[in-house]
Amino acid sequence: MLKKITILGGLNKIGLPEKIQKLEIQAGEILAVVGPTGSGKTQLIADIGQVAEAETLTGRRVRIDDGEVNSNEDKQKLRYLMAQVSQNMNFVIDMTISEFLMMHAQVRAVPNPEMVLKEVLAITNHLSGEPVTFETNLTQLSGGQSRALMVADVALLSNAPVVLIDEIENAGIDRLKALDILTGQGKIVLVVSHDPTLMLMADKRVVMKNGGMDGICYTTEKERHILSELVKTEKRVNRLREQLRKGKSLRSDYHEIDHHEEEELKLWQEYLYTCH
Amino acid sequence: MQFVIVAGTPSSGKTSVMVHTIRHLQTSGQQVAVCKIDCLQTNDDVTYRRLGIPVAVGLSDYVCPDHFYVANLEEIEQWAGVQKADVLVLETAGLCHRCAPAVYDCLSICVIDNLIGINTPRKVGPMLSSADVVVITKGDIVSQAEREVFRYQVESVNPQARIMEMNGLTGQGAVSLKNTILNYPQFEGITGKRLKNPMPAAICSYCAGETVIGKSFQMGVVKKVEFESVDQC
Ligand SMILES: Nc1nc2c(ncn2[C@@H]2O[C@H](COP(=O)(O)OP(=O)(O)O)[C@@H](O)[C@H]2O)c(=O)[nH]1
Ligand SMILES: [Mg+2]
Repeated sequence: MLKKITILGGLNKIGLPEKIQKLEIQAGEILAVVGPTGSGKTQLIADIGQVAEAETLTGRRVRIDDGEVNSNEDKQKLRYLMAQVSQNMNFVIDMTISEFLMMHAQVRAVPNPEMVLKEVLAITNHLSGEPVTFETNLTQLSGGQSRALMVADVALLSNAPVVLIDEIENAGIDRLKALDILTGQGKIVLVVSHDPTLMLMADKRVVMKNGGMDGICYTTEKERHILSELVKTEKRVNRLREQLRKGKSLRSDYHEIDHHEEEELKLWQEYLYTCH
Repeated sequence: MQFVIVAGTPSSGKTSVMVHTIRHLQTSGQQVAVCKIDCLQTNDDVTYRRLGIPVAVGLSDYVCPDHFYVANLEEIEQWAGVQKADVLVLETAGLCHRCAPAVYDCLSICVIDNLIGINTPRKVGPMLSSADVVVITKGDIVSQAEREVFRYQVESVNPQARIMEMNGLTGQGAVSLKNTILNYPQFEGITGKRLKNPMPAAICSYCAGETVIGKSFQMGVVKKVEFESVDQC
């Protein structure tokens, strides 16, 4: 079982050593990667994704459980260590969801694939809100449905101990639920994000500047409090959106949760409880 | 000299991958020369020249590109020798799927991309199955699941190859490929080396410029489709 990932700093875009020369991420931790566009967030994820050994633009070195990754053979062994979900990724295969998931389950030697496939589909539909079936063709999926399926697949079939997430807030899925499903079980999760809610859901965040790691912030008590406010506000906005989309007029008391929704929430929490 | 043969499906990223890799080779003090073999036309020479290295182009034109390639290997090697190259990169394009440019003792690289479809590795044939290194590109735009399934398919076609996932746009993975090239044993000349796979026969009248359709115009090695007999209902 993976215990930690260490990133040893390299150089930033102007060729100076980056301020953070050592960043450790422990099993079970969520790390947010924040900073303006072009500050090097995706490169950091890429460095970790390929277990860089000073060969990339940044010269960073990545250690898995303090060990050096020297040879290509070592890297081959690590091939199923990480799974990635990003806004740029799409399904390109002309195949139905069930055919493809079955293939993936085979490649990953998943025991009891039928059961797992059902779960993948349920989560996909939970995340996207526009239901798909096993017979839906991958190439017909909307952006949101694709991302939902990717998240579900990464969580249940790839099931890698390290998950790299690049800007899924624009992906048209319920990103809080997505993060919920991708975390837990001692996984290390890295989230590149511009979204304050996602940033604060992390245990700490690394701040990128000029291509380098420029600082580390630990999420404070105060921030956790702000997070819970944000989540509440978001739920309220979602509820309003749903009401309006269904053609309803808004009642003055929009704090009220309807029964159906309450039920759904309970089921979801139960699900998370049993799977983590 | 290191003799590196690069093949792969069209637009898979051969040039992109090699440009990044050559940059790293240059940083390591290696003199690199590139030869591009294609059928009718190529722009890759312009791209390679930007690296400030000697570049040659061979267009097969009316000759089968596969045969053209083999028939020129000695000359290409001599040319690279004159350029004082430590590493010769030979990018081939336009080869048919039946063909494979791999030569024993040369490092042969097959570049194949995630977009060509999960079942295509099986159709690529000897070009993929006889490569020493398989580079898989364009992983940045497909799902994790497809990458895993695709790689598995490649592995089942060529279990011996070293498989490397690279990004032709950013150059991710190019240093590993550079190291693979530099660590590959050098050899003393291409003359007398053997192709890993024989080329398909091409000695019929159409090879010699015939254009009219019909049995009486066909001479030489001619192979016909074998149709299954269909039961009448
Ligand atoms: N997204 C993406 N595009 C790539 C990648 N590698 C190459 N390309 C693009 O694919 C196209 C064909 O690349 P090229 O190197 O000319 O392919 P070649 O015909 O095999 O030499 C170009 O537009 C490249 O920019 C990659 O890893 N990811
Ligand atoms: Mg090319």
